[in-house]
Amino acid sequence: MWVRMDGWVRHMVPSGVTLLLLLLTAIPTHVPGLAGMTPMLPMMGVYYWAIYRPDLLPAWAAFLVGLLHDIIAGTPLGVNALVMLLVQGVSASQRKFFLGKSFLVAWWAFSLLAAGATGMSWLLMSILAGRLIDPAPAFFQYMLTLGLFPVLTRALARTQMAFLKDA
Amino acid sequence: MKQSGAVGRLATLRLLAQRFAFVSLIVAAVALMILGKADIVLIERTRSLVVDAVAPILDGISRPAATINEFSESVRELANLRAENARLKQENQRLMHWQTVARRLESDNAVLLEQLNVVPGPDPAFITARVIGDLGSAFGHSMLLGAGARDGVRKGQAVLSGEVLVGHIAEVGDRSSRLLLLTDLNAKIPVIVESSRTRAILTGDNKERPRLNYISGNAPVSVGDRVVTSASGAAFPPGLPIGDVISTADGIVRIQPYVRRHELEFVAIVDYGLGGIMPFERPPMPERRRRGGDN
Repeated sequence: MWVRMDGWVRHMVPSGVTLLLLLLTAIPTHVPGLAGMTPMLPMMGVYYWAIYRPDLLPAWAAFLVGLLHDIIAGTPLGVNALVMLLVQGVSASQRKFFLGKSFLVAWWAFSLLAAGATGMSWLLMSILAGRLIDPAPAFFQYMLTLGLFPVLTRALARTQMAFLKDA
Repeated sequence: MKQSGAVGRLATLRLLAQRFAFVSLIVAAVALMILGKADIVLIERTRSLVVDAVAPILDGISRPAATINEFSESVRELANLRAENARLKQENQRLMHWQTVARRLESDNAVLLEQLNVVPGPDPAFITARVIGDLGSAFGHSMLLGAGARDGVRKGQAVLSGEVLVGHIAEVGDRSSRLLLLTDLNAKIPVIVESSRTRAILTGDNKERPRLNYISGNAPVSVGDRVVTSASGAAFPPGLPIGDVISTADGIVRIQPYVRRHELEFVAIVDYGLGGIMPFERPPMPERRRRGGDN
């Protein structure tokens, strides 16, 4: 019984961690200049788990994380849900390519994927707003996200080692 | 052999099911975008319900963050204590002068108001709320506040930080609400330029400095002019300070708001008894659209 419960809890770690990343992003940071910009931490979570444990962060979980993101951020519903879903789908379908590759390859691939995702959110937001949104903040957000990727990936890898080593 | 065939078929089926689920999720996302665009009450209700559910968690984790922030702030303050002191002394001198001026004007004003029998505006009631969430999106400027309908927050109310306008309430849940900052893409606020009484609309465009649109009349707007809310539209009470004109290049007037977003921790949601920037209630549905609604 306990073993089973333990297994469940361990299997909830990927989704839980990604949700936690989302909530972390929502904390008011009080850093001058950073207030309007936060790294896309949940996207990194979705990317990481889609490659290493796609069974534990399935498409619907990515969808829900994106939806919650939309709701908390107050952006039009569905935009982040769609973007997260596609991030999950693309990285899960290419995971064979990543396994066993070096960290730099993962970083490079993430930079491409995140660029696509950012561009897509920008396009969707602009369409839904009915006018062109200034792309500069989105660009800075993207750069910030890329910069934080190594740190976060290390943390996620630690988490995976700690909870899902043999599960 | 046969068994492996069955297993293979099962795997194919599972793959198909996964594909199908993926595609339906994409369809669901697109449908949500379209539904959200249509501004349906149900969607808004669901949104605020979910935010209400997350609010306690956000509230919990934003508190230690605020404490850490206070600590680092005090370290920073200690570092430039001397410079700050010198600056404050200078400012104090200047403000003492303004205080005398203000006292004189206040008594003048009181006399004039009495002579004109002015009906005083309603006294504002206010609620102080904590900022519990700021998912700084590149596509919208809003914050979550830890007070909602049960605390008396209503849609459209003005939100102030100190004396300064921050934005207005855009969504209200039971115990949380969303503050739309005046820099947001969807924020439009009737304002006047204080010195020339020129009317305009302050339009956010997701940049730090919102711009002035629809400037009435020909009075030139120059850098340094103070911009305050106007009474037109009965949205906000007149005279709430917003910011200074910072640039007028190429016919685009931009405002530097007084509010400093990263410093917002508590805000005041003010009820002036006015309609706010949005009507509290939706206008009633036209009769003919309530088909089969009677029971």
